[in-house]
Amino acid sequence: MQKTTSKLDITQFLDQDQQKDLLRFLTAGSVDDGKSTLIGKLLFDSKKIYEDQLAALESDSKRIGHAGSETDYALLLDGLQAEREQGITIDVAYRYFSTNKRKFIIADTPGHEQYTRNMVTGASTANLAIILIDARKGVITQTKRHTFLVSLLGIKHIVLAVNKMDLVEYEEDVFNKICDDYKKFVTRLNIPDVYSIPLSALKGDNVVDNSAMMPWYKGKSLLTFLESVHIGSDRNFEDFRLPVQHVLRPDIHFRGFSGKIASGILREGDEILALPSRKTSHVTRIIGAEGDVSYAFPPQSVTITLADEIDISRGDMLVHPHHQPRIERQFEAMLVWMDEQKMDPYAQFFIKHNTQTTRVRLDQIRYRVDVNTLEHHSSEALSLNEIARVVLTTNKPLFFDPYHRNRNTGSFILIDPITHNTCAVGMIMDKLNPDDLHSRIIDTEQLAMIHRGKSLIKPEAIRKRYNQVGATLWITGLHGSGKNVLAYTLEKELFDRGATVVMLDGSTIRSGLTNELDFTPAGRAEQIRRVAHVCRILNDQGVLVICSFITSQEHIRKQIAQLIGDERFHLIYMDVDIDYCRKNKPELYELADQGKLKFLPGIDLQYEVPLKPALICKPEQTAENLEAIMQYLQLHTIFPLE
Amino acid sequence: MPMNTFTLNNLRELEAEAIHIIREVAASFEKPVMLYSIGKDSSVMVRLAEKAFYPGKVPFPLMHIDSKWKFREMIEFRDYYAAQNNWDLIVEYNRQGYASGIGPFTHGSKVHTDVMKTQALLQALDKHRFDAAFGGARRDEEKSRAKERIFSFRDQFHQWDPKNQRPELWDIYNTRVHQGESIRVFPLSNWTELDIWQYIRLEKIPIVPLYYAKERPIVEIDGNLILVDDNRMPAELAKKAQIRMVRFRTLGCYPLTGAIESKADTIEKIVEEMMTITKSERTTRVIDFDQVGSMEQKKREGYF
Repeated sequence: MQKTTSKLDITQFLDQDQQKDLLRFLTAGSVDDGKSTLIGKLLFDSKKIYEDQLAALESDSKRIGHAGSETDYALLLDGLQAEREQGITIDVAYRYFSTNKRKFIIADTPGHEQYTRNMVTGASTANLAIILIDARKGVITQTKRHTFLVSLLGIKHIVLAVNKMDLVEYEEDVFNKICDDYKKFVTRLNIPDVYSIPLSALKGDNVVDNSAMMPWYKGKSLLTFLESVHIGSDRNFEDFRLPVQHVLRPDIHFRGFSGKIASGILREGDEILALPSRKTSHVTRIIGAEGDVSYAFPPQSVTITLADEIDISRGDMLVHPHHQPRIERQFEAMLVWMDEQKMDPYAQFFIKHNTQTTRVRLDQIRYRVDVNTLEHHSSEALSLNEIARVVLTTNKPLFFDPYHRNRNTGSFILIDPITHNTCAVGMIMDKLNPDDLHSRIIDTEQLAMIHRGKSLIKPEAIRKRYNQVGATLWITGLHGSGKNVLAYTLEKELFDRGATVVMLDGSTIRSGLTNELDFTPAGRAEQIRRVAHVCRILNDQGVLVICSFITSQEHIRKQIAQLIGDERFHLIYMDVDIDYCRKNKPELYELADQGKLKFLPGIDLQYEVPLKPALICKPEQTAENLEAIMQYLQLHTIFPLE
Repeated sequence: MPMNTFTLNNLRELEAEAIHIIREVAASFEKPVMLYSIGKDSSVMVRLAEKAFYPGKVPFPLMHIDSKWKFREMIEFRDYYAAQNNWDLIVEYNRQGYASGIGPFTHGSKVHTDVMKTQALLQALDKHRFDAAFGGARRDEEKSRAKERIFSFRDQFHQWDPKNQRPELWDIYNTRVHQGESIRVFPLSNWTELDIWQYIRLEKIPIVPLYYAKERPIVEIDGNLILVDDNRMPAELAKKAQIRMVRFRTLGCYPLTGAIESKADTIEKIVEEMMTITKSERTTRVIDFDQVGSMEQKKREGYF
């Protein structure tokens, strides 16, 4: 194809050049695989092709002939002094070249084990990856590692470049065996498109033109494939997401919201929903780089104006109301540790996700992935180049999509709060079984939709009949702190005084409603979620509920309050020290001390003292406690009403 | 609507990327500045900044570090377009160096560049307490730049450590710095020289006429074609001047910037000529050849 290109004059050439699209690709392999030679060859030959295209060229070419010479292409690529001294490439280097079909950006990354960080960096912006294999060596550990990272970063196209075919006599069987081995491995990973090419970078076989040395190969040469691979549909055009980057207010008449469209298509007149405010409006103007347009799509940078004055600032996100992202403070992600300094799992980091920056806490490392074997291992903290699946909780909710569905809204970086280095990068996973997310028991969106029922009985009538307002008295405290003693006496006292009351405690609930759950944090969280829903239903019907559950985490208690209704949730804290509890339940604490019992609050699970309980009770002061609670109920017009 | 309505060509994709970068800086830093060198890349960068905030005004100033040895036509161009476009333009120079009469003819390119360019820039950044500075550098220009980040972190002495760069993934830029530290930002990182010319052509961006071929008085010094731009050139050199048809591929201090013989007097002809010359763009800059890895050395010291 290149050979038959007709001569163009310069204006035609420029007009055509201007219409080319851009392909960003990554090359993975070590120097030994002939990677630098391959890149050098692509850069060199494409330039030649380019020049041959121009009619005027032949007149005064001063170039030194390079066609058959054994140029050391690797020298073309060297960059930094330190690297030159070491004789290796140690970072991501970006190279640029173009042909008459396309422009290309190469992210050149080294293949050495310790440089996962660099490869991940290069892969983050690539549409395609070339995985280089030495035909003599076949699929080796390094190949698997590279492929795993490519799949982790969500690259949709792979070229398996089997290099040095000249050293295996251009044998078709060698090539086929490598392809088979590779395909077996790749099925475990999520890569939709693999294209295999036998080549010799040094001799130029199948790099630019199809090689006469391998007539058995009927596919495309590397460059032809790179020029023709379709990447247009790799982007997400369904879910409109505009992370607001900058609010533009040049004067009182104009108020625009600027940002780069992360995904989806926006049209003038579209209804949009602003997050987190959930206010809606219509798009009145879309200003693109070339002025006003009627629609816009990724990755355009735009400024839009809205019909209504709604409060929107940097970090917010504009979406279509019928295609909403997930809005959550807790999620799972694959995390790659990028810092020389080992992770401090108890530190709080900054997370930058789209245009929003907030604080984030690492809840759990589920497992670390060995990039060579893909095996899972447990891990307490990550070191440089380690990859793990983790659970994170942010201070403010993020608006995101799973990474595999949306690269732009599913990725984030973590920033060390002290050094300000980018210490880790992450890709958000798909939504999981709620049981897996041990500290998230409600979903804000779900909450808005909770069905309140269509009872024919009026709330006032219920209040009058029961002489009370439905409310939940939630008693929290350690195992053996005397919660149940208080709960049962309180139930009796309320009943005696004429209240309509229900009592829920751990053993009652566990004997039936939650008998399949274990005592892990996830099991405990799910138990609490169910209890809270029961409380809400009973409170809705005007019943008073007494609950006696350890509920050791403040953020879980907050979520319970949100679920039941803040005004109906009254937290009673059993203020005791752990020695008192040990005396009450010696067997239990002994088992935990010996490590035979896991997840006991106060021992190997932290019990967080409530920040603002409604009441604080001391054990063995039953009369005083009851008196205080009764006063509280009367004061807050809960019971009795008259 | 067919799918291909939703693809951007290379130039528009680069444009979108650059605008995103420029806005990110404006939204994240307290006091950004755009370094304006008057060259063609700077002109493209300024146009992108204007687009990023349209219909508003660019919310940060442009700053030109004047080495006092720039081509006269560059200064005329700068002052004319700054006035015409109502730019908020700051011009700074190393006053002490100027008073001491530092110049390339008397002190050599190394001392001149260090005092009147590098030191002048660092002084100006400190004086105005800028926490982010845009530069027009491209990765395809020079080997050491191929590995530099778009957001390039500098310590409190404005130094770049190539071994300790922040990872940069997707289009998420880490904009956090401590007091006194800063970031250099290169929105044109992914542009090639051809992209720049294409964009100038497409957007009709004015550039300094020195880029176009014209008959000019030229002296050959150590193989470089140097323009006799003013009477500070030593007379024994200036008297050897010959009128030659030349143009400049890069602009800087006139005694340090070599011209090339050329007849290219339109953008189209420049591109045509460019495609046939294999010497890379910076080879007409004298300073790059002072020492091995010279540009990298200068970058470590704080020069772009």
